[in-house]
Amino acid sequence: MTEHFDAIVVGAGPSGNAAAYCLAKAGLSVLQIERGEYAGSKNVQGAILYADALERIIPDFREDAPLERHIVEQRFWMLDDQGHMGGHYRSDSFNEEKPNRYTIIRAQFDRWFSAKVREAGALVVYETTVTSLIRDNHGKVCGVRTDREDGDVYADVVIMADGVNALVASRSGLKTEVRPEHVALAVKEMHFLPEDVIQSRFNIGEEEGVVIEAMGSVSVGMVGTAFLYTNRESIAVGIGCLVSDFAEAQVRPSFLLDRFKAHPSIRPLLAGSEVKEYAAHLIPEGGLKAVPQLYGDGWMIVGDAAQFVNAAHREGSNLAMTSGRLAAETVIEAKTRNQPLTARTLAAYKAALEKSFVLKDLHKYRRLPDVLHGNKHFFTEYPRLFSQAAQTMLRVDGVDKRTKEKQVRKAFQASRRVTGLIGDVFNIARAWR
Amino acid sequence: MQTPTGKVEEKLYQNRYLVDEGRPHIRVVPHTQPSERLAALVKICPAGCYSRSEAGPVEVAPDGCLECGTCRILCAGTGEIEWNYPRGGYGILFKFG
Repeated sequence: MTEHFDAIVVGAGPSGNAAAYCLAKAGLSVLQIERGEYAGSKNVQGAILYADALERIIPDFREDAPLERHIVEQRFWMLDDQGHMGGHYRSDSFNEEKPNRYTIIRAQFDRWFSAKVREAGALVVYETTVTSLIRDNHGKVCGVRTDREDGDVYADVVIMADGVNALVASRSGLKTEVRPEHVALAVKEMHFLPEDVIQSRFNIGEEEGVVIEAMGSVSVGMVGTAFLYTNRESIAVGIGCLVSDFAEAQVRPSFLLDRFKAHPSIRPLLAGSEVKEYAAHLIPEGGLKAVPQLYGDGWMIVGDAAQFVNAAHREGSNLAMTSGRLAAETVIEAKTRNQPLTARTLAAYKAALEKSFVLKDLHKYRRLPDVLHGNKHFFTEYPRLFSQAAQTMLRVDGVDKRTKEKQVRKAFQASRRVTGLIGDVFNIARAWR
Repeated sequence: MQTPTGKVEEKLYQNRYLVDEGRPHIRVVPHTQPSERLAALVKICPAGCYSRSEAGPVEVAPDGCLECGTCRILCAGTGEIEWNYPRGGYGILFKFG
């Protein structure tokens, strides 16, 4: 492998596949290197696919992509130990010709995407780990070293799409190490059930899917959320909390997951299922503050490696695919103009991100990680208070409603005091602005 | 609410691995007293790869590793762990992911 390529892409997840596909489709010579036996074998996600981001890359993806269910209902639950209260949004308008969101199984989806990348003309090498970057005499990145014998390969640009751990960039000194308070550790299981059981349990038709996002007592005081997604014949159930909180609270992640599964609101949904996999993965949740330098002489960072996750809206794969596409477009544009792939040229990648929802959304929520990290009661006190309030108002026991309202108000004041309540509203409003 | 008692080993049993025999991808640097962060891994490694007998050193057996990187990030500042991805093709093979 002494060949020279226009571009090397490290990693075959959503961002790497998006980048490699767009580059190859434009006729550039692309080498993509993936450490797994197949694309997806090292990748973990809930997982929701956001159609718009993929549609801009492969418009007719619905024809053969392995999609599970399109989402027709979103449930948001605040849990105490006994139950939940929250909101649901369900609409028949989600049953459209080109649905907006799908559940997917990443090992299958990534494999499909990877096949598309190969069809587009990229050379994809699996079972190969990139160990470091190679630089020329001027310090410009000009290739990568792999764990294969004689495994040095060269290119005009290296796009790092190696995921949240971003080992290549951090070990090359291009970015600082991810901090424990900027990543969540999520664990999840795949629970299998017959298709019709899932449909009747979730009140959905064939191909229709439900998403449940939950927070509250299930994270035992840590900053974190839990989820449950319906696939065709399986349910993905998981929970994630900040690594720094796990370290402080010393809670076993597998115990936390089992506890969530045993919750009275969740248990009946999973009853009788067969578990076929247990996975763990880190999710970048540091927001804009954690985003590293995104480009330099001969290199760019995309996807999770660039910490592109909108934690507030549980979006990541769309930011990944979009950043991969924009990185590719930057290279294609520069190649068309015969420009060298220096930092100056590649700055267009960041400019494109700033014009897109990727950096706009991260900028909008830039204060949120700190606010949530410093105000754990959003994950403990409020779900409990709201659930308790619902309980008080719904239980008919001869107590008049004015007294009940007073009890609810008192519970809130006792927990947070008036100044605390006002501060919380202010903080969240500011972080959301 | 009932308290679950499941063991993580039972969960890992569902997974598919290709273990690179004799070449563990994580090593704990020899020590007598682990830092708080290293000691915390005995509890918070999601695959239960870390163990500690009494007040002795922390040990790692990464055969069941899910390659999440929690230990790597937590101990990046203490230098107590040497962490690399398994050789290409080895390690966890997610069927669903």
